[in-house]
Amino acid sequence: MKLTAHRPAPQPRADSVQRSSIYARDLFVEALAGVLQRPGRSALTALGTVLGVGAFIAVLGLTSTTASQIDARFNELTATQVTVKDSGGSDAAKVPLAFPRNADARIERLNGVTAAGVYWRVRLSADRTVRSTPFRPSDEPPLRTDVIAASPGLLNSAGPRMAEGRLFDSYHDANRQQVAVLGSAVAARLGITTLDTQPAVFIGNTPFTVIGVLDDVIRKPDLLLSVVVPRTTAEHIWGPPSDERAEMLIATRLGAARQVADEAAAALRPEHPDYFKSIPPPDPKTLRSDVGGDLNQLFLLLALVCLLIGAVGIANTTLVAVMERTAEIGLRRALGARGFHITVQFLAESTALGLLGGLMGTSLGTISVVGVSAAQQWTPVLDTGAILAAPALGLATGLLAGLYPAWKASRVPPAEALRR
Amino acid sequence: MTAHTATPPMIELRAAGLTYPGPPPVAALTPCDLKIEDGEYVTVMGPSGSGKSTFLNIIGLLDTPTTGRYLLDGFDTAALSDAERTGVRSATIGFVFQAFHLLPHRSARENVELAMLYQRVPRRRRSQRAQEAMTRVGLGHRLDALPTQLSGGERQRVAIARALVGRPSLLLCDEPTGNLDSDTAKSLLDLLSDLHRDGMTTVVITHDVQVAARGQRAVTIRDGVMSEPGRRGDDA
Repeated sequence: MKLTAHRPAPQPRADSVQRSSIYARDLFVEALAGVLQRPGRSALTALGTVLGVGAFIAVLGLTSTTASQIDARFNELTATQVTVKDSGGSDAAKVPLAFPRNADARIERLNGVTAAGVYWRVRLSADRTVRSTPFRPSDEPPLRTDVIAASPGLLNSAGPRMAEGRLFDSYHDANRQQVAVLGSAVAARLGITTLDTQPAVFIGNTPFTVIGVLDDVIRKPDLLLSVVVPRTTAEHIWGPPSDERAEMLIATRLGAARQVADEAAAALRPEHPDYFKSIPPPDPKTLRSDVGGDLNQLFLLLALVCLLIGAVGIANTTLVAVMERTAEIGLRRALGARGFHITVQFLAESTALGLLGGLMGTSLGTISVVGVSAAQQWTPVLDTGAILAAPALGLATGLLAGLYPAWKASRVPPAEALRR
Repeated sequence: MTAHTATPPMIELRAAGLTYPGPPPVAALTPCDLKIEDGEYVTVMGPSGSGKSTFLNIIGLLDTPTTGRYLLDGFDTAALSDAERTGVRSATIGFVFQAFHLLPHRSARENVELAMLYQRVPRRRRSQRAQEAMTRVGLGHRLDALPTQLSGGERQRVAIARALVGRPSLLLCDEPTGNLDSDTAKSLLDLLSDLHRDGMTTVVITHDVQVAARGQRAVTIRDGVMSEPGRRGDDA
């Protein structure tokens, strides 16, 4: 039944009167108009939600991104590498070099070891520099090049690629041959372009025949900037390691590293395993849980605080808007809006603000994750679930924040509201 | 008024009064009787604070009388639920306020369409009817103007268009010329007279004698007591 203008038919009973109602779509349009009619204020209102949701996405994205970067750094290379340090134990002063002569062979006999070698940096006094001629021309500045004493196994375990020549082997080591393997950068600096002329380098005044030039190594890249000489030769000329103690580099097969690390000390010196300290590769599980722990939760808590502030902001502004628009509420009531319609309209407005803030925050958070990743040359990793949930989080914030103001709006008595 | 006994009066107050509960209780409108027939033009006069607004709220279904009965179009409004009361208000009564009450950021057309929003009139029909109503009040050319771009008189015309577009049986005007200068007020009152001539039941509440002179009947409220000079015998 509809009441029309100009004398309707005799009135039916009151219970057939049309109840006031509105299309959901119109209600939505009204709410959207409420948001858009003051875009500046709406933007400021949504700012808290933008920051909260943005922080939420950024925290989740950055932690998952950095976690995956650790995964990338923990690759096959580090997983198959064990370092054994010569600590000397309690006899450090008495035993300058704890590694036995046949250290390489002892370790290589262990299951899962592919190569192993002992090395140390030779300490050279200021006048004993590495030169390509016996006597240093006066105009040539002294070059500080590291000299590394190494057992033959070291170069193998470093995974070398030769530019020219060959590595020294157990023959050179056993017979104290004065041979050297150079990194390509050192060779270029010393003016050695070919091994055909059998060039020599002088360390101090001792000549060494260059038998090989390294193009690249996969482990221990400082070898490329060094002159590598056989261990026994170095020991014979310069004595045992003095300022830096020796280390051993062991290359293993995948999965064998931890066991090799456990066994190495006993294999080297069964009577004195305490002379050595094994450094196994890091356990990827502990690495990841370290990062995913406290810091992550702290940041998420911060994001939640941001969201809370955002909710309070929306609630406050919506409440102010309700006061400001009292006349509009009264008018709508006079035009046929029920209290329920008013509630839904204001609730829809605050929810729309929350959703807009959520969408903007998601975008900003994603942009910051991608931006940081680009700057750090990381691969951004973002959980799709989080990206989909974030706008809903904003929406929920707006909905919750709007509950009280919207209820308040529906309680505005129309008669009083219209008198303003 | 005996000719109208077949159809109920548009508005009928039977000992209707409103007392705001105290303490102390305030009698805003002492119980009174009033009949307004269909097609009448009645003005309600009185100084501010006299109870005019209470009277308007009661017949506009914005407030319910605490005593007595109010029959709108012949049925008792006390029996209505809130949703029904709102529906009747939307369908039966067109309001015009002193302060216009136009939504500031919406065009004149949107303001007029607002009245049909809660009647579930489809979109296209809304637009068409808003245009007709705007033409009726002489503003067919200002459909897309914002209220801030309109003069006071134009704003009140938009408000009248908004009141008309819901096709009410009763036009309820609360100080419609209160914010207008005298020339604009005159032309607005001419518009109301036109609408009345076309058959609209019109109730204008005012404190202005000149405005009151436009109506067929003048009711006076003073200190919450309603009286109608010259018609006392009829109503009794």
